[in-house]
Amino acid sequence: MAEDQDKILEEVTGNEYKYGFTTDIETETIPKGLNEDVVRLISKKKNEPEWMLEFRLKAFRHWQGMKSPDWAKLNIPEIDFQDIIYYAAPKQKPKLDSMDEVDPELKATFDKLGIPLEEQKVLSGVAVDAVMDSVSVKTTFKETLAEKGIIFCSFSEAVHEYPDLIKKYMGSVVPYTDNYFAALNCAVFSDGSFVYIPKGVRCPIELSTYFRINAVNTGQFERTLIVADDDSYVSYLEGCTAPQRDENQLHAAIVEIVAMERAEVKYSTVQNWYPGDKNGVGGIYNFVTKRGLCKGDYSKIMWTQVETGSAITWKYPSCILMGDHSAGEFYSVAVTNNHQQADTGTKMIHIGKHTRSLIVSKGVSAGKSQNSYRGLVRVNKKAENARNFSQCDSLLMGDKCGAHTFPYLEINNNTAVVEHEATTSKIGDDQIFYCNTRGLSTEDAVGLIVNGYVKEVINQLPMEFAVEAQKLLQISLEGSVG
Amino acid sequence: MLEIKDLHAKIDDKEILRGINLTVKPGEVHAIMGPNGSGKSTLSSVLAGSEAFEVSEGSASFYGKNLLDMPAEDRAREGLFYSFQYPVEIPGVSMVNFMRTAVNEQRKYNNEKPYSASEFLKLMREKKKLVEIDSNLTNRSVNEGFSGGEKKKNEIFQMAMLQPKVSILDETDSGLDIDALRIVANGVNKLKNENNATIVITHYQRLLDYIVPDYVHVLYKGRIVMSAGKELAYELEEKGYDWIKKQFED
Repeated sequence: MAEDQDKILEEVTGNEYKYGFTTDIETETIPKGLNEDVVRLISKKKNEPEWMLEFRLKAFRHWQGMKSPDWAKLNIPEIDFQDIIYYAAPKQKPKLDSMDEVDPELKATFDKLGIPLEEQKVLSGVAVDAVMDSVSVKTTFKETLAEKGIIFCSFSEAVHEYPDLIKKYMGSVVPYTDNYFAALNCAVFSDGSFVYIPKGVRCPIELSTYFRINAVNTGQFERTLIVADDDSYVSYLEGCTAPQRDENQLHAAIVEIVAMERAEVKYSTVQNWYPGDKNGVGGIYNFVTKRGLCKGDYSKIMWTQVETGSAITWKYPSCILMGDHSAGEFYSVAVTNNHQQADTGTKMIHIGKHTRSLIVSKGVSAGKSQNSYRGLVRVNKKAENARNFSQCDSLLMGDKCGAHTFPYLEINNNTAVVEHEATTSKIGDDQIFYCNTRGLSTEDAVGLIVNGYVKEVINQLPMEFAVEAQKLLQISLEGSVG
Repeated sequence: MLEIKDLHAKIDDKEILRGINLTVKPGEVHAIMGPNGSGKSTLSSVLAGSEAFEVSEGSASFYGKNLLDMPAEDRAREGLFYSFQYPVEIPGVSMVNFMRTAVNEQRKYNNEKPYSASEFLKLMREKKKLVEIDSNLTNRSVNEGFSGGEKKKNEIFQMAMLQPKVSILDETDSGLDIDALRIVANGVNKLKNENNATIVITHYQRLLDYIVPDYVHVLYKGRIVMSAGKELAYELEEKGYDWIKKQFED
């Protein structure tokens, strides 16, 4: 059996990245490198108002004085920030009225990715704001949403159309001083999405954005801002794939969520960026700052992520539980294979009274990968009756990978009830054999067992995403047995 | 249908099976008895395809095909069923999903169309009734948190679903109370027909009151040292294994 497993583990490394292709679309780029002029140029290209440029410049100056964080259990090669192109936009201007006007090649790319821009997708109830490289190409369902007063548009558009909202909320959850990569994003961000759900409105459809890094050597710096006003509800989906590359690509995004009184926001991610080849060459660096602020009483923010891609992942979707009785939930599946490294987890900051948080983290490590969970639960002095439950499970496949758990607990109020459970397991030979004797191949057995192991998290995803996520897990771990 | 000739198997250079000969024909029930450590469980694991053991000599053919050449999953798909002495728990994997995958893999192997969800659920309802398994067991994860009796019932349920040609029941009676034993045995008997065969491995004659064998074989030190009709089981119950041991001491 052991021999078999080695053989199968070897086979995994032979799996080609399914979404490795590039599209020949004329791209408008600016020269490599980063300085104040580049920041000004980006702002100018995007036709931004003065206050936006000011924000970028402040962030840039701050970033210059910062150092790349080194506390994560990651081995990050030094990044040459002067060797990166900070702006790329498809040349064709994207203001189009119907699908017929979209560049056919671009459409083909989206089709290959299975992005639901097509008419039939209307029936499945998905509105898509497709981001290819840095400019939003098309936004669907806008009118339907507009009827309810919901704003769902590209970030650039929002800067022009809704400057008051942007000025009020941008940087209110993740300030430009927050961390190295957040500061960088604030200086050079290209585009992203903006969502505003008015008071008392329940968004009738799942909102989704697909990001795709496409131009060679272009860092992608997205930012997303979601504001849910009192008594509103929204579910937002984010899914990613990227074409195969030799050069490492840097992705430093920011996602900010604000939930007002009794508002509820669900943010789901399926991430499948190019992880590098079997020798660990290439692959995306994913350094993302995601944070939600439960500002109002009884508000709730829920992060769900399925992370299978990227060479290096540095990501901690967090919740600041400011309103009394507010709640934060974090469900995560992180799969690493070959030479992938992931340091991911969450922060739950309890500030309000009777705040609750739930953390369910499932790591799956295979190949020679390193998979770390890093989570902070902080209960502030005045956070009476805070409640947290954390569950961190690791599943190992093979004997060359690593799983690590770094829970941090800072409890400053003795009415808090905080629980942490952690398990580490391997897929047992006896489990595989049992499946074999029922006619299941070893690969199917692994798929079944892994999907069983992560079920709790997958169940939190909207239906169509759950199916996609299960497929992804199967692809990511094909043949990998331990 | 199953022909085992001079089968030798070892683990870590320790020979456990030392020349097994056994022929099983459709419609037959064989009981294999023997004292602890005689190689009963090894024989069944080797036939099921466990790679923990190395077959050093001999052959086993299943409907003319070389059984020992096939991976465990193909043996199952060909119609060999192995009921575990200690069924394995698989947390998070629902019985329904598990069985549906298993049944459809078997059908694919035999060039049959996979069952649709509704066809499958119908089949499952029928089989559940046949083997008197509680409805809620199939809603739970595979064997997770099952009692000893539930696990054994679940094995027989899986046997019913997969409709094997040859079933090897490894100490199916261990850990069962009288009522559970009767249910499990009834299940096995209901599944019996003239086209399939059952190999029952047990220490005790008790199970054989319910599942009546055509042949009883005594396994001792890796060999079948005695074969006879069902009366042999009673004789063993009366005289104990010492009687055998004395006769066949090396």
